[in-house]
Amino acid sequence: MQGKNSTSQKNKNFLKNITRSSGFSAFSSALVAIILGLVFGFIVMLFAQPENAIKGFRYVLVGGLGRFGSVLYFATPILMTGLAVGFAFKMGLFNIGASGQYTMGMFFAIYVGFMWDLPPGIHWIVAILAGMVGGMIWGLIPGLFKALLNVNEVITSIMFNYIGMYLVDMWIQGNAVMFVSSKSRTNYLPSNVQIPSLGIDGSNVNFGIILAIIIGIVLYIVLQKTTFGYELKATGHNKYASDYAGMKGKKNIILTMVIAGGLAGLGGAFAILAPSAIAGSSMTYEPINIIAANGFNGIAVALLGNAHPIGIIFSSIFISHIQRGGSLAGLVGFKPEIIDVVIGVIIYFSAFAMIMNAALARFVKQHVTRKDEEVVKAKEAE
Amino acid sequence: MENYIVEMLGITKEFPGIIANDNITLNLKKGEVHALLGENGAGKSTLMSVLFGLYQAEKGEIRKNGQVVKINNPNDANALGIGMVHQHFKLVEIFTVLENIILGVEPNTMGFLQKNEARKKVLELSERYGLSIKPDALIEDISVGMQQRVEILKMLYRDNEILIFDEPTAVLTPQEIKELLKIMRGFASEGKSILFITHKLNEIMEVADRCTVLRKGQHIGTVDVKNTDKEELSRMMVGRDISFSVDKKPAEPKEVVLSVKNVTVASKHHKNNAVRNVTFDVKAGEIVCLAGIDGNGQTEFVSALTGLEKMVDGKVTLCGEDITKASVRERSVAGMSHIPEDRHKHGLVLDYTLQENMVLQRYWQKDFQNKGFIKFDEVRKYAENLIERFDVRSAQGPITMVRSMSGGNQQKAIIAREIDKKHELLVAVQPTRGLDVGAIEYIHKQLVERRDAGKGVLLVSLELEEVMNVSDRILVMYEGEIVGELDPKTTTVQELGLYMSGAKRNTVKEIDNAG
Repeated sequence: MQGKNSTSQKNKNFLKNITRSSGFSAFSSALVAIILGLVFGFIVMLFAQPENAIKGFRYVLVGGLGRFGSVLYFATPILMTGLAVGFAFKMGLFNIGASGQYTMGMFFAIYVGFMWDLPPGIHWIVAILAGMVGGMIWGLIPGLFKALLNVNEVITSIMFNYIGMYLVDMWIQGNAVMFVSSKSRTNYLPSNVQIPSLGIDGSNVNFGIILAIIIGIVLYIVLQKTTFGYELKATGHNKYASDYAGMKGKKNIILTMVIAGGLAGLGGAFAILAPSAIAGSSMTYEPINIIAANGFNGIAVALLGNAHPIGIIFSSIFISHIQRGGSLAGLVGFKPEIIDVVIGVIIYFSAFAMIMNAALARFVKQHVTRKDEEVVKAKEAE
Repeated sequence: MENYIVEMLGITKEFPGIIANDNITLNLKKGEVHALLGENGAGKSTLMSVLFGLYQAEKGEIRKNGQVVKINNPNDANALGIGMVHQHFKLVEIFTVLENIILGVEPNTMGFLQKNEARKKVLELSERYGLSIKPDALIEDISVGMQQRVEILKMLYRDNEILIFDEPTAVLTPQEIKELLKIMRGFASEGKSILFITHKLNEIMEVADRCTVLRKGQHIGTVDVKNTDKEELSRMMVGRDISFSVDKKPAEPKEVVLSVKNVTVASKHHKNNAVRNVTFDVKAGEIVCLAGIDGNGQTEFVSALTGLEKMVDGKVTLCGEDITKASVRERSVAGMSHIPEDRHKHGLVLDYTLQENMVLQRYWQKDFQNKGFIKFDEVRKYAENLIERFDVRSAQGPITMVRSMSGGNQQKAIIAREIDKKHELLVAVQPTRGLDVGAIEYIHKQLVERRDAGKGVLLVSLELEEVMNVSDRILVMYEGEIVGELDPKTTTVQELGLYMSGAKRNTVKEIDNAG
């Protein structure tokens, strides 16, 4: 066949083409989703308070820029829960239990912070690791149920959100060292358990964000380069083919849920161990029977980031940026609830990124294959 | 010119990235059996879907009795008297035959079903055309052949006069095929017009008046069947000459590679076991074919043999090693290669690239990974090598998404992977299913080549021609048991069919392959 010679040459060109086009389409589709979300968010603001809509919307758009430290600080936990959801998604599991894992991680970190006596240099590190272990345990259980009894992980992990939250609230309220009952919150954590600050003025941004980004990059490498990542994605794409190839499906399900739980648990630890800008205080936990919102925001982050670890790094920063900006819109008289609605609308539309991605990819592919055919035809004509 | 009942003129239908039908013209005469022939992906199904209203064509028009008509959905098609028997039946399993036939056009008075009228009409039709059915049996309890007759009666009940059959013979025994072809002729002589999608040339020669050939979405030509022969039709379909007989030397069986003893496998659908007490050997250097009609336990047997499902009882030995309880991977390492029945479900990760799929069984081996990191350079080189040797064609080589490849090339990729892997036994389950003659020829050659290389081959097939041509020994499976062992050189298709339908059986004896 004379077509064969040109094949290898063509490959080189197409490698470039494909990397560019698929990355491009994922990014641009997220962008389209975001723009749509912003447009609808603006419409909501127009309805709520027409006279201040433009001013308020400007805060939403660019308000976060002036407080980049805060943006990064609030991005840290949702980056971790986003990774927890996205990573499990690659395996075809919907880890809706990031909230419970997050809360459990938070509790483990607080517990080590208050109850263990460790040298200052390593105390915060051990507390972080404890948070990871807490999340892992809370991911392990739905993983075991799924792998051994084939119980849907969505159901178990939703239930474990509640179980985890109530358990933690109970444990905290029952512990006089951790809990200040008069203020119905936890005590201030000792400063040597707090994660070192990055020292940006007026914000709590800390070393956690750097760790979170590094973890995101490590996950990317695991997914793309390792046999574990290969098995994980293969199982996510086609469970039957992974069985046929002799992959240990049950082991991988459990491992994936443990890792996802650990990621969310780290998010909880990063959130609670963050240093406070006010000397002598710290982050606190209020046991008021509410499921941690950061867990659910992780789902939106993962969707907007296309379940891709690097995408999730950016999407978490974006969502945090919108949330910071939104809270500033209160300055021109928007009620916090309206701002929540606007943010919700933006996140909701952003989550369509996946669908847009599919549509755009189809468009791009069509375009590329057409070109491909032309090339082939031209070659044949020669 | 004037007696065309349906004319499809200049039909063009595009899907993203591919033109499925490119300016195709098809004219159907009243009272003829018109075959539609083409390779997989040639656009036959698309064209029929356009006629049946499942797709809308971008260009072209459809005329019925000379009038331009617009068919937006299957209901429109029905109103025009166009009916279709799909390849995969569209029946409600838990309804009776009669309920299925009247489904959608139930006779009723003020919402209350009037089944008696319907029953009369159905029985009348069934008698007139020799389509024997049990009107009150549940679909799930009747044979595939009868299910098909139910589908045909559905069309007749709706007074359709243009009947489309989408590969109707794939699921039937030789006797049933004969019966069906007779029935189709009967329809034609009654003045009904028939479109018959197939890629079995024998059936076209036997039953069709004219034949339209499609290739890669193009209309290659329409010929009168009596003025042509199989060779010409296949040349039109594939674009080159095809040899029909499989070229092979007599087998030289050596030592036993696979030994299966009293294997019993549970069924997922009913309480009885799907596979009962199956015992046989496969020797190095022979192709043993497990023949049977679909659904007689072959799928369950292969699942148990390859380790995907557990067996209830029995023992499996591969190259002297007991693998009864071994995992899929252990069996693979012990020397079992497996070309699975469903290449999309089991054989490939469609959203992985070709190179990633090429190492699906081997990514964990030292050649392709180091400390858990996949050596993508090696994977690439390996895939390029296989692509070259097995002539796997794709748009972008190793980095092509497998989903975008044609069925034949997907199958070639699986075969390349399974054959290149170290193995002593090749289990090939319906390896040619849904493929065109060119690809079938290629795959048969590969199977024979494996045999000649001293490997054992276990072929599971539903295609009689394949069973007769490729195998050295035939085992017939019926209702989970092996009911006969036949020699393809001395048996006939008719005899094989009797075994497959359970009408005949012999006790399997230990046959010494001294000769």
